[in-house]
Parts: sequence; structure tokens; C-alpha cells
Amino acid sequence: MSYVVPKESCSGKVLNVDFGKGDKALNIGGENCLPFLSFEGEILNRPVIAYEIQDIPPVDWPDTVQNAYKDVSGDPVTWAKYCQNELKAKAIALRLVSTHPDRDNRSAEDAAKTIKDVLTAIEVPLIILGSNHIEKDATVLVAAAEAASGYNCIIGKAQEGNYKTIVAAALAHNHKLIAMSELDINLAKQLNILITQMGFDKEKLITDPMCSALGYGLEYTYSVMERIRLAGLMQNDATMQPPILGDVGMYVWKVKETVASESDVPEWGTLAERGIAWEAMTATGMIIAGTNLLIMRHPKAIETVEKTIAELT
Amino acid sequence: MALTGVQIFKFLPKTNCKKCGFPTCLAFAMSLAQGKIALEKCPDVSEEAKKTLGEASAPPIRTFALGAGDTAVKLGGETVLFRHDKKFFNPCALAINIKDSLSDDELVKNATGVATSELNRVGQKLRVDAISIEYASNNSAQYEKAVKLVAEKAPAAAIILNCKDAAAAEAAVKVIAARKPLIYAATNENADAMAKIAKTHGVPLCASAQGLEALSALTEKLQGLGVNDIVLDSGANSAKEILEHNTQIRRSALKKGFKPLGFPVLNCVIREDSILEATIASVAIAKYASIVILSSIEKWKNLVLFTLRQNIYTDPQVPMQVEQKIYNIGEPTAESPLMITTNFSLTYFIVSGEIENSKVPSRLAVMDSEGLSVLTAWAAGKFTAAKIAQFIKDSGIEGQIKHKELIIPGQVAILSGALEDKLEGWKITVGPREANAIPTFLKGRVA
Repeated sequence: MSYVVPKESCSGKVLNVDFGKGDKALNIGGENCLPFLSFEGEILNRPVIAYEIQDIPPVDWPDTVQNAYKDVSGDPVTWAKYCQNELKAKAIALRLVSTHPDRDNRSAEDAAKTIKDVLTAIEVPLIILGSNHIEKDATVLVAAAEAASGYNCIIGKAQEGNYKTIVAAALAHNHKLIAMSELDINLAKQLNILITQMGFDKEKLITDPMCSALGYGLEYTYSVMERIRLAGLMQNDATMQPPILGDVGMYVWKVKETVASESDVPEWGTLAERGIAWEAMTATGMIIAGTNLLIMRHPKAIETVEKTIAELT
Repeated sequence: MALTGVQIFKFLPKTNCKKCGFPTCLAFAMSLAQGKIALEKCPDVSEEAKKTLGEASAPPIRTFALGAGDTAVKLGGETVLFRHDKKFFNPCALAINIKDSLSDDELVKNATGVATSELNRVGQKLRVDAISIEYASNNSAQYEKAVKLVAEKAPAAAIILNCKDAAAAEAAVKVIAARKPLIYAATNENADAMAKIAKTHGVPLCASAQGLEALSALTEKLQGLGVNDIVLDSGANSAKEILEHNTQIRRSALKKGFKPLGFPVLNCVIREDSILEATIASVAIAKYASIVILSSIEKWKNLVLFTLRQNIYTDPQVPMQVEQKIYNIGEPTAESPLMITTNFSLTYFIVSGEIENSKVPSRLAVMDSEGLSVLTAWAAGKFTAAKIAQFIKDSGIEGQIKHKELIIPGQVAILSGALEDKLEGWKITVGPREANAIPTFLKGRVA
């Protein structure tokens, strides 16, 4: 029997989305085949990893990852520059944690000022994330979008409960937008439809089907992502063609396996490697399932996933 | 060409002898038609039937065991390309590679590491399954000695004889034939000799060639020589080759019915950087490897790989469940709050994570609801006032806490009245509807 390479051709294509400006601008998406299967299609861009930083010191991050930034995390501008200049970050994701009512409850104006300071200090593209408080994000992200006008940022996350004002702001200031739903392909599709019905171009959208950490529901995220990809590529479902985001760090660095001390669970081995590997493995699972953009925390985990991506391309 | 169960039935002995494990010949025929079982399971099938049914009755990916005894690992037998279509059945075996040129102490240390690698996670016992012993010494006597030593120190592990020298492999096979070692590997150069050894000792054989065309020619040759339990090594080295080759092999077998590639796959992922080795292994585990060979098995690495394998091989139609019990979060005192939820793993992970985020030490009662989420369990009658009351009474929690207050999920606020009737003397408090409101809720109570 002679062997014939079993190729599958896709009728659909993942949309190509650019963000940032100048020669540091980036592109994600644009492939017309399943992740990394370049023998049967064209892959325009590699997955991009953004370094996550916060507008206040990350006191709630575990030591393993907090220590990696201990000299710079007191101030978002210093932190952002460190990621860009020393760690060679290709993109930065700034999470406006301080605006959450349970944290410092800082105002939208405060957030806008932080955004302006960070944007003036760096050249790489910026992703602007709210505190994931539905009501508060609806005002904070509007102010942030205005402050970042002209920088072609990615703003997020728009959710079912607050998307209207955020979509309008992203539209008015010409940003890209993350649409987040909770681990269900139909909810992801529905939110993308609602947003495009407001006149927002689907070619500026990024789908966040919600991330789960390794061991804590990764299988759900993995399969939802795979199904979104198959719908967009094989069935040519236009609402399922935006690039996919995996917001890995914030889900990984709170699970027991990245926090528990070696004396508590000696059978789990060294804590430093355990935490870094947890983040790197979660991220790798997601790029295999189809993620185009990752938000991660630990420099060593990011370096490992970069090497993995290099081996896959 | 695929035959229906009824067509296959005509060729069976029709004795309903049950030796195949099925109650009737027709049931066996139906299972054959779906590719779930091999024709050889019927001890009385005629040569004529074998010839006629032949390939039509063989499952698309052959199934057999790596190793022997209780800890043998089933390989192959997969039926889908994507895990959401249907469960992936036989979890990938993890193996560590050890060179025979190491000192006896090092050999023992590595073998013991495998023997003691077992971890318990979400109720499953997980372990490193196999040891690959590499013929690095180029000395047959030393190889035999190392194989003997390692096999002795890791009595439950499957053994992979990583050796392309037929004479050395044969000597080693003889020592541990009862353990059913996998010979790794037959190549174009040694295929005849290796096939003979595998056949004589009844052990599986890995076919190793560069690329899938050469590999399928080799497996056809091995089958012609009478070897059926074959593992595939396509020479894939980079993550890209692993992903592409494994995908093409799986598609060829399942979608094209291409028999020469209808076997389990072995990937070697050895890298200098141990964390990178783990991520490359995860590519192989997610995409169709049946055996992954690693260079080291640090405890943290076992934990991440076991967990990933468990995630990938979870049945998408059966929700993952956590054990029914009362979990302590932080270090609760007799006054700390007591909350209740269902045992759907995602519910548990999210709720317990948010309680942890609140930094308010608490107890979380997790009730067996067959892995359903709160609202679904309530709707299905598995999370009712009577059942919750019974669980709380049986749990013995009343003796451990000073208050009698139970916080129930906001989505089942409707249960609070009935619960107060059934749990005498208890105060039922309705908690938040969504888990992300738990920190505010708990902190608000403390203030």
C-alpha cells in the first residue's frame, strides 16, 4: 500500500489582527489550517506572548513569580520598561487591578493616567485589561480607551454584562477588543455576534473563551478552543474566526500546585520549577488547541513557551 | 471495505460460546463492525473467515499492552481525532530513558525513582509507566546485566529495550521475557532479525524509520514476517515533526483506514532543558502519542505531566468529580463559615479558589451530585434539601464547629426554607449567585 499524506483543506481562515504601532507592531492570526500544521495551509504569524504587569505591586502573586519582578514592580512604568528592555517582551499586558472595588477602588481617571504614562515609556504594543469587575470595567475601560487613543491597543475584556460601553469606546478610539465569555462555544459565538451587531468590525475582535489552569479545567478550555477553531476553519463560521486569547498567568498562579510549599507536599518536588512548569504547560496546551495570543507572568515560563513555539514552527 | 455486523456474523461460528467476552456471536460481530475489538478474540473463527474478514474486521488502531501484569499499559485503540468528539481511551505511557553505561548505583537510583513515582490526583493513581534502557555501552554482557538490574529494582514498570543490535536485544529479551518488553527498534537494516526475536518471545516491536512512507513500508514488512504488535517511531524529533507526523498517522489510520500506520505511536522528547522537555512532551501527549520517552522524571515534572495526561484523557461526556467531603480552606476555626456546593470539579475548583482569594478561612462542604453543577444538580433532584440535610448530619461537622450556619449557593436560594425545616436548629444563609462574588461576601461578613 502506498502512503499518501492525508491533507485537509479548510474553507475558512483565522482573521489577521494587528496591534501596536510603528515597527514594533504585531500581527496575530491569519492561518488557514489547524495549529502549526503548515503542511496543509499557510500560517502567517506565530502565537505572541505578552508579559503581564499590574498598576499596583503584585502582593498577591506567589513568591516564585513576585520575586522575578521584585526590583521593578513597585511602579508600572518601571515594570513595563524592564519587560521591554531587559526581558525583550514583544508585548505588554497591563492589568488595572487597583480599580477593583475590593482592592484600591481607584478611579477611571487614575487608570487613564497610568495608561498614558506606560504608553509614553514603551514602544511595544500594549494590551489594557480591566480588573474583571463587570460594572467598574464599564467605566474604567472607556477612560483607558480614550487615554490610549492613537496607539492601536487591545482593550479588554468586554463581557455579556458590560460590552456595550466598552465596544463603543474601542470603536471610537480605534482599538482592538477582547470579547470574553465563560467556557462555552455558544456563549463565545453569541457575544461575538452581539458585538458585531453594534457595528464593531469582526476583524478587530479577539475571542477569550476563558482560560483554565492545568489540572483545574484545562480540558474544557482546550476543547472549547479546538471547537472554535474547527468551526472557523472547517465550517467557515465567520463569527468563530477571530484570533483566540489565553489569559494564562492569572489562572495559573493561584492554584495550589504553584503555591504550596515543599514542606507541605514533598511528593510534588521543587516549588520554583513546579510553578514555572505549571504556567508553561498550561500555555503549551492552549497553543496546541489554537491560541494566538497568550498573557503570561514568569519570564522563565515565557522563555520556555517561546522555545516550544520556535520548535513548532 | 467496512462490513456491517450482520455481514460479519455470517462468518462466525454462531456457537455463542462467550469465550470472546461477549454474550453472543452477534454482539461480538457488532463490536467488530465498530472496530472496537479484534477478530482474534474469537478462538474458533475459521481460517476462511479470517481471510474473508481480514482487514475489514481489524480495529483502525491496533490495541495491545506494554508490559505485563497489573501495571501493564494498554496502547492504541483510539477512535477519534479530537477529544471533544469522544473520549481518548488509553492514556499515553510515560517512560524514562536510562543508559546501560551508568554505574550500578545510578541504575538503581533511576529504577527506584520510577518504582516510587506514584502520585494520587483527583482519586486516580498516576505513575511513570516504563523504563527505556538504552544500549549505550555497545557491550552485550553489560546491557544484559543493566536490564536485569533495572527490571529487578522496578518490578512494576514496563521495559523498553532501546537497542538496535539484534544480538544484544535478544540476550536481554531472554532475561525478562515474562515482562513482555518492547523492543525499540526494528529498522530497515535489522528488520528480519528483530522480527524473529519478537515472534519467538511474543513481545511487541517498535518499527523505526525516517518519515511515514519509509515507516509504512517497514511495518508492512514486519507484518509479513508475522509481527502484529507494532509501535511506530517516525523519527520525529522537533515538536513540529511530532505534531505533523502524529496527526498524519492518526488521520491515515482513522480516516483512510490505512493499515500500515494503524498502530500506537512512540515519541522521544529528550531535551537538555527539563522544563522544555516537559512542554514538548505535552505536545506529544495532547496529539496522539502512546509512549513518550523522557530523560528525567523530577517530582515536579511527573506532577505536571500526569496532570496534563489526565486532563487530555478525561471523558468529555462525564464530568470530572471531586471527592465528597468537607474541605478546609485556610485554617478554619470552630467559628469559621461553612459553605456548601456540588462535586462537579470545575464548580469545586472555582468556588474553592474564590474562597482562597477571600483569605477568610472557611469550610467548604462538597456534596456528591454525580459531577453536576449546582443548578443542574438541583434541577436533576441531586442537590435537594433532604439530601443536603442528610449529608450535613452524616458528615459529623456539627461536632467540629460552634455555630450552626450553612451558606448555600445563591442559585438555589429556593432551598433555604426547606433546609431550615430539615436541619433543625440550623440557620441557612443564601450566598452569592456567582463564585466571583464570594470574596466580597465573605469579607463583608467578617467586617
